[in-house]
Amino acid sequence: MLVAGIKSRPEYKGLDVDAHAKRHLFVLEGEGAQALIDQVGAKGRDFLAKSEILYLAAAAAPKAYDVALSALSPDVFWHAPTLQPLLFRLRACLDLARMGTRLYIAGTEGFIGQIMQVAMEYGIDYHSIHTEHRGSAARRVQCVHCKGITDNVTTSPFACTHCGLPLLVRDHYSRRLGAFQGVNIDAEEPGTAPAPEEMFP
Amino acid sequence: MTITFRNETFRDDFTFRNSLYNIRRFPFPFDRDEYMYSVNMEPHVRGKKDSVFENLIDVDEHYVAEMLDRALVLKEDPLRCQALPHMMAAQWDTLELLMEHQAQDYSEHFTLTKNGDRWRWINRPMGIDDTFTFGDPSTLPYPPMEYITRQAQGDFCIVDQRDNNLWMDAGMVTTQADWSLDFDIGMNFMEWHGPVPLAHQIGVFDRALKFLLNLQQGKPTRRLNWTMTVNPRLDTSPENYHKWGPDRATVTPENVGEKMHLRVELQSLWRLPRSNAILFVIRCYLISFNELVTVPKWGRRLPRVLKSLPPEIVDYKGLTRNRPIMLDWLEKYDDGSPTSPGIFPD
Repeated sequence: MLVAGIKSRPEYKGLDVDAHAKRHLFVLEGEGAQALIDQVGAKGRDFLAKSEILYLAAAAAPKAYDVALSALSPDVFWHAPTLQPLLFRLRACLDLARMGTRLYIAGTEGFIGQIMQVAMEYGIDYHSIHTEHRGSAARRVQCVHCKGITDNVTTSPFACTHCGLPLLVRDHYSRRLGAFQGVNIDAEEPGTAPAPEEMFP
Repeated sequence: MTITFRNETFRDDFTFRNSLYNIRRFPFPFDRDEYMYSVNMEPHVRGKKDSVFENLIDVDEHYVAEMLDRALVLKEDPLRCQALPHMMAAQWDTLELLMEHQAQDYSEHFTLTKNGDRWRWINRPMGIDDTFTFGDPSTLPYPPMEYITRQAQGDFCIVDQRDNNLWMDAGMVTTQADWSLDFDIGMNFMEWHGPVPLAHQIGVFDRALKFLLNLQQGKPTRRLNWTMTVNPRLDTSPENYHKWGPDRATVTPENVGEKMHLRVELQSLWRLPRSNAILFVIRCYLISFNELVTVPKWGRRLPRVLKSLPPEIVDYKGLTRNRPIMLDWLEKYDDGSPTSPGIFPD
């Protein structure tokens, strides 16, 4: 579970298939597949004929969710090898998307953030996007000093993968960047950073 | 009144000082002997002569040096000045407001002449004389907000109003108390205040937001905020924290009077006429402890306030390390006498 009470972090309220949508676009990562499978359990299979699923297995590859998702027989199922082609395909989908399309995102927080960034570029109001957090609580963190982003951060402090400074992960999130803020932890006395602690397993 | 602008620095050799005149007009932020967050807003109207409230956009002896420091910050990091695309009308509103106030209240230094949309702006202290077309960004050397805020003291945020909220959608932020425009741009009022302790729980931000959503044109409002900074450094950004953070470990009982500065923000908020956005001016004033205790009332009050602070505020304002040294030094100036209400010197 993610810690609650961070004012700048979006609320991930859960996928709730919108019966009135003309088309459903599901962008899922890892354990996020299960969020859609649970919706089929709760709401039945009718919406699947109007659904397009883009799936990135990531850390959940051994669970073969791609087989389960494909077996749901949605209108379109596409299995992405990595994030980059998934983002490319997503842009193509959004270029062609029509009025009445509903966007759903499920997976780790860093994934949700990056998909929302693309969606917002296309003018989709973030309030209208259905999101559900599944899988690891790892954070995507931007170093406030060099502006480099490090994915899948599970400890605080951690060493910035770009500039090397030991960073404290603050509970402050930018939707625009899709990242938490990392600030040098031993700025006042360099070399005194505490050992990394597993905070976001 | 003609201002004599000081030649001074806010980095490296830190030659910044306040004149005796400027010490007396410092906006001391404590109107009583203790401090807690509150919605401490009041109408931004002209106040006492020889105070920072005399004019609504204050220009002082540090003007030229502050503008040079801003230019240095922007060279290192252009992301300190950003505006989302829908903010262009608000940028022009901001340019107009700052030019009109500076020209009206400091006519020896600034002149604005309007001939329809053709405007001529003269800034004598900075040696600028530009003629441009109001509303046409191609006629200025920078976008309008950047152009004018390179010529106005203080940080500037322009917040858009929609969906019953305020959105930090543009800003020039180079003299900030440890917050990042680049990180916060695009956030709403509750989001950008997310990291502030205690105040959410006591409803300060709910009330402040409600108040600001109803801000009227021609009726600006203001509040004071404060923190402490080691050395008279304007650019205490998170971006550069690894560069200025070590300063905090240099304070000793011998140098605290010279090194430690009370940093006060006079924040004023203005409804803008065309865009319906709000201009949020965060004007930073610095005063060393040595300078501050020359006003006996402030010397008595500051240690009392520091002693009464809740630990969360001590931590958030970055005072933890040096509070004992500050208190030891300041308490010499507190003879225990009562202090008069209000912020001004006796």
